[in-house]
Amino acid sequence: MALSKPSPEAGAGAEPPEFMVRAENVHKSFGRLEVLKGIDLEVRPGEVMVVVGPSGSGKSTFLRCINHLEKINGGRLWVNGHLVGYRQKGDRLHEMRDREVAAQRRDIGMVFQRFNLFPHMTALGNVMEAPVQVKGLPRAQVRKQAVQLLERVGLADKTDSYPSQLSGGQQQRVAIARALAMEPALMLFDEPTSALDPELVGEVLEVMKQLAVDGMTMIVVTHEIGFAREVGDSLVFMDGGVVVEKGRPRDIIDNPQHPRTQDFLSKVL
Amino acid sequence: MTLTDENVPRERPTEIRAVPVRHYGRWVAAALILYIAIWAVYSVANNERFGWDTINAWFWDGAILDGIVTTLELTVIAMLMGVVGGVLLAVMRLSPNPLISGVAWLYVWVFRGTPVLVQIILWFYVKALIPTFSLGIPFGPTFVHFNANDLITAFVAGCLGLGLNEAAYMSEIVRAGILSVDPGQSEAATALGMSRAKIMRRVVLPQAMRVIIPPTGNETISMLKTSSLVSVIALSDLLYSVQIVYNRTYQTIPMLLVASIWYLVMTSILTVGQFYLERYFGRGTAQRQTMLERFVANLRVRSGRRP
Ligand SMILES: Nc1ncnc2c1ncn2[C@@H]1O[C@H](COP(=O)(O)OP(=O)(O)OP(=O)(O)O)[C@@H](O)[C@H]1O
Ligand SMILES: [Mg+2]
Repeated sequence: MALSKPSPEAGAGAEPPEFMVRAENVHKSFGRLEVLKGIDLEVRPGEVMVVVGPSGSGKSTFLRCINHLEKINGGRLWVNGHLVGYRQKGDRLHEMRDREVAAQRRDIGMVFQRFNLFPHMTALGNVMEAPVQVKGLPRAQVRKQAVQLLERVGLADKTDSYPSQLSGGQQQRVAIARALAMEPALMLFDEPTSALDPELVGEVLEVMKQLAVDGMTMIVVTHEIGFAREVGDSLVFMDGGVVVEKGRPRDIIDNPQHPRTQDFLSKVL
Repeated sequence: MTLTDENVPRERPTEIRAVPVRHYGRWVAAALILYIAIWAVYSVANNERFGWDTINAWFWDGAILDGIVTTLELTVIAMLMGVVGGVLLAVMRLSPNPLISGVAWLYVWVFRGTPVLVQIILWFYVKALIPTFSLGIPFGPTFVHFNANDLITAFVAGCLGLGLNEAAYMSEIVRAGILSVDPGQSEAATALGMSRAKIMRRVVLPQAMRVIIPPTGNETISMLKTSSLVSVIALSDLLYSVQIVYNRTYQTIPMLLVASIWYLVMTSILTVGQFYLERYFGRGTAQRQTMLERFVANLRVRSGRRP
């Protein structure tokens, strides 16, 4: 999967930015409830970052900030060298138009806990929707790519099935193919397997693992510690809206430093 | 623990052919209802005061058929205005811009809050209220200029009165439909980079349709009959055509029966159309069967064949 080219304003030269995602003191509140209290982290191109943490710690909120489904209240957030949702002119930030934000999101694929497939479209229709409607590519070409993507996630024989006719694991794999159809530079996964029956978790993790092997940059919120250990390049433990601990998955899982990390891991392992 | 040995093929059991439960009560009830129905039809058909000869004579009359055409035209145009206007108003109402949603709210407040009969009459007399209508720059050039007398015929007034009122009702139906769609759907589409308009058209509205269509079918059937209010502005729809006849011949009941039978025929056709629309927009979810399909499937099961 090719990385999309950084635009000229990302800086001189055509080399990809050093970081795919860079968060600097990111704050986010809903009304008076402060959910993110200063997140700092970096994700390099090709890196797989696994995010774990107790419920309500702000993991989903942070992912949603990355593709501007939520506006951040403070700090800075860059994706692929671009400030998310804002344009810097001098020392002032200007909000982007909806159209510009939408254009930014095309480089970011997102996979949800509850799949969110379009129920009135077949698996193939779901995968073809964004390239045809957003990029305006010709249907014939998109169809060919969509069929290949469905093959890649092991669903070559399900192209004409509606989501209601697929198992949870199959639906989630269609959802992954749908996100990949936009050829994103970054994939966000928000607990992609927690709505699945245990025997279906493996097939989805397998697809994600293959994606990582192919060099995709990924941020994965999950409770699958095995996946974190095997596939993750880095692991972040969040609690109460801050990053408590980050490092190599093996190090943190086997030898957590912070008492809150120790406590959390002892519960999920 | 017992293990099944997969290598020993098991004999396939013979298919179950049980005697179905007999519902004797149902048969008694059915016979009773059938008897009452036959009796009712027989006595109405033989009652001369219903004026079956008159009904027969006028049923296919040209004036009546013209009235039907007018009723259908009014219904179709008013419902088109209602649906298009309703979708527009619903989308405006859900807009983040408070001015736009305020305008939509005001529209619904006015048009739903006053009797449709009054609205029809007001549109008809608009020529007295606003004889000419020009659009342009004050003291500058005019771009368009209308003379209400030429523009607002009885038919146009009828369409405006019924259609604009219907739009207010439809907007609430459409809004309920839009709100019934899981927000995760818009979210997924947003994350794919789709614009607000595309999300509405490609993702939300097609799913909202499942909720919107049944009450819209209701509205259409209701409109078919509400359209008869245009008789107040002397527009000859089905009901008014019938009234013209019985004002002359004094055969009020038979003529009203002519109209009623025609209204029934038209609503029946609409009901069938609604079923197929619902089935189309329900694709991807459980399929519904027509009463006929269900009946045939039932017969097959009873006769021992697979459905
Ligand atoms: N749209 C919203 N409005 C108000 N509060 C919100 C909103 N979204 C999230 N929150 C609150 O923000 C906090 C963090 O939520 P978030 O979904 O990010 O947690 P999480 O770490 O993903 O948890 P989980 O593991 O349960 O998914 C929670 O207290 C939640 O109630
Ligand atoms: Mg979450």
